[in-house]
Amino acid sequence: MSMRSLIRGALVVFTLLTLITGVLYPLAMTGVAQALFPQQANGSQLVVDGQVVGSTLIGQPFADPAYFWGRLSATAPFAYNSAAASGSNLGALNPARSAAAAARVAALQSADPANSAPIPIDLVTASGSGLDPHISPAAALYQVERVARARGLSPELVRQLVEQHTEGRQLGILGEPRVNVLLLNRALDALTAAPAAER
Amino acid sequence: MQWQSYTQLALYLGLLLVCVKPLGAYMARVYSDQPFGLDRLLAPVERGIYRLAGVERKAEMGWKTYAGAVLVFNLLGLLVVYLLQRIQQWLPLNPAQLPAVTADSAFNTAISFASNTNWQGYSGETSLSYLTQMAGLGVQNFLSAATGMAVLVALIRGLSRQSVRTLGNFWVDLTRSTLYILLPLACVVTLLLVSQGVVQSFDPYQSATLLQPTTSSDGTPVTQQVLPLGPAASQIAIKQLGTNGGGFFGVNSAHPFENPTPLSNLVEMLAILLIPAALCYTFGVMVGDRRQGWAVLAAMTLIFVAFMALSVAAEQQAPPLESGAPLATAATPLQAGGNMEGKETRFGIANSALWATATTAASNGSVNSMHDAYTPLGGMVPMVLMQLGEVVYGGVGSGLYGMLTFAIIAVFVAGLMVGRTPEYLGKKIETFEMKMAALIILIPCVTVLLATALAVSTDAGRATVANPGPHGFSEILYAASSAGNNNGSAFAGLGANTPFYNMLLGLAMLSARYWLIVPTLALAGALVRKQRVPTGAGTLPTHTPLFVGLLIGVVLIVGALTFIPALALGPIVEQLML
Repeated sequence: MSMRSLIRGALVVFTLLTLITGVLYPLAMTGVAQALFPQQANGSQLVVDGQVVGSTLIGQPFADPAYFWGRLSATAPFAYNSAAASGSNLGALNPARSAAAAARVAALQSADPANSAPIPIDLVTASGSGLDPHISPAAALYQVERVARARGLSPELVRQLVEQHTEGRQLGILGEPRVNVLLLNRALDALTAAPAAER
Repeated sequence: MQWQSYTQLALYLGLLLVCVKPLGAYMARVYSDQPFGLDRLLAPVERGIYRLAGVERKAEMGWKTYAGAVLVFNLLGLLVVYLLQRIQQWLPLNPAQLPAVTADSAFNTAISFASNTNWQGYSGETSLSYLTQMAGLGVQNFLSAATGMAVLVALIRGLSRQSVRTLGNFWVDLTRSTLYILLPLACVVTLLLVSQGVVQSFDPYQSATLLQPTTSSDGTPVTQQVLPLGPAASQIAIKQLGTNGGGFFGVNSAHPFENPTPLSNLVEMLAILLIPAALCYTFGVMVGDRRQGWAVLAAMTLIFVAFMALSVAAEQQAPPLESGAPLATAATPLQAGGNMEGKETRFGIANSALWATATTAASNGSVNSMHDAYTPLGGMVPMVLMQLGEVVYGGVGSGLYGMLTFAIIAVFVAGLMVGRTPEYLGKKIETFEMKMAALIILIPCVTVLLATALAVSTDAGRATVANPGPHGFSEILYAASSAGNNNGSAFAGLGANTPFYNMLLGLAMLSARYWLIVPTLALAGALVRKQRVPTGAGTLPTHTPLFVGLLIGVVLIVGALTFIPALALGPIVEQLML
């Protein structure tokens, strides 16, 4: 086989396969995805009164004692910056890891000095993406008393809300049980806004 | 650990092994030119490609022509990816108006994607336009994988044919791998992923109002969040299936838009090992002895299970944190516990550690948790799996041709021990074959150790290390192991988007890919000319548990002898310091 036919083969096969896999394939997949799963394909957006207020899949930063707090986030220049997802990438022995955990512990304790329960590990560690929308049910239950006090609600009511927002393992087996922090906090706001008689 | 964790690990392995036979048999039909259903639908496309390219479908190639075609084709792909990155600011489908990528980063990324490594020095959402992602990287995800499969098929033909000089036609093997295997699987996986919430859209980034406003580190108030979009699902499907691993987003499959649910996670993990595992069966069918394929698969699976168990056990231990309060780190029905730094709540420990094992056993390199934040032993597992040469399933095609090379070494070692003439599948293993096999085994080892030595002994190499102490050395060793074995995963703390690392790791990826492909094809070219000698009383059977054990032993001993000194300076000493 001559060099010329080799190069012709390479050029033509490359161009045609580029058209198929680089243009037709993503365009066709976008078309089908938009037709079958428009909500998911566009980022699972939460829309309230015509305004996009987040995504059910992307976490948001919370520091108010009246809200449940999510995982630590290592994104810059602010936590849960979804334009620049990032983990902390701190090694197991890195003192910065203890420092970040200590800062979170101090914040949790100053917002809820009476709570002496052990703190669930996911509340003092940063997620891989920095955008984790979830915390473990243990981490949510740990915060119930504080949130209830800050909102003047009964802890029982807040605990029920947490349980309603706890997702089990998918298909009963996959993944870990979890609570979506943004959805839980929005439900809290809705509950607090409702007249007391309806609570 | 909760019992559900064990069930999930078993479910994963079970599903994977169930798929091996049907997919493997299907691929054997694709490569042996037998009807398989889909060919009726897509045959006109295939024929059209050959006609326009002037390819004579039945014209076969000797190993040198085959290798020439591989190299010319890959060089072309490399140049196109480089060019696309350098001129993306003038091209369409760039809604975020991203500028041209710097020359050294573009060089690194072009090699990375052409060589099936998909090391990412850049962060996708902040540096590449939709067009670059789709027509540059997305295409290479298909074509680099198809290249690996074609080279493997050539090697298998070298073993199964006798007394001829040709190994098949590269254009045909490449086109059929793409059209009939990768593309249909990718379509199915894409739609599964979108149904779970992976984005697939050409809309510009969406902005969303935060429920509780926050402040930036410079004190400015922040009220909005950006929801990044793009044609992600279609690219993620093939990056998993083609053992590419280059994420659409910077944090790869830890990103909720890239891997939103435990089900999407299962699909993506299965896609990592699906084709490499099934190719073992394809190999068995094509050499006319399925037991040979099962034996190789058994060796891979045994190594995999051992490392998976070590990884999960290591990560279930939370390293001590001086946080000033008691922490709950045990697994309970209400939390995964363990080392949650760098891991997502929805995946917990089991699914993160399983992914880390699978992605480095295969030459995938995608991540759903940050390996840099693993415990020292947990982080050593992916490192060692890469250093073993990416042969435990390995990359699509490349994993099995690496493992077959180890099989040749194993029969040679066995031959030395008992004084038999080494032969594999009836082919006598002689000096030339052993030279090529030794090259294939040694080149990645030398590449990894040299690159590590260069980086730790220069200021440019040490400047961007993120963690102090032995972990900093681990970051460099991990990067070199990843590039030198075409994996692409990272201890992401290392600032690798510098001219020094872009060049060093770029060259490492080049040598690890093409310096192996050429000797592999030379090996195939030598084997295909030999006659298959009939098995006799003196033949070492290569489908028995004894041979599986021997093969595992050779893989582990070569890896251990080469890398234990380096590992002792990194993860091992770090574990002792805990």
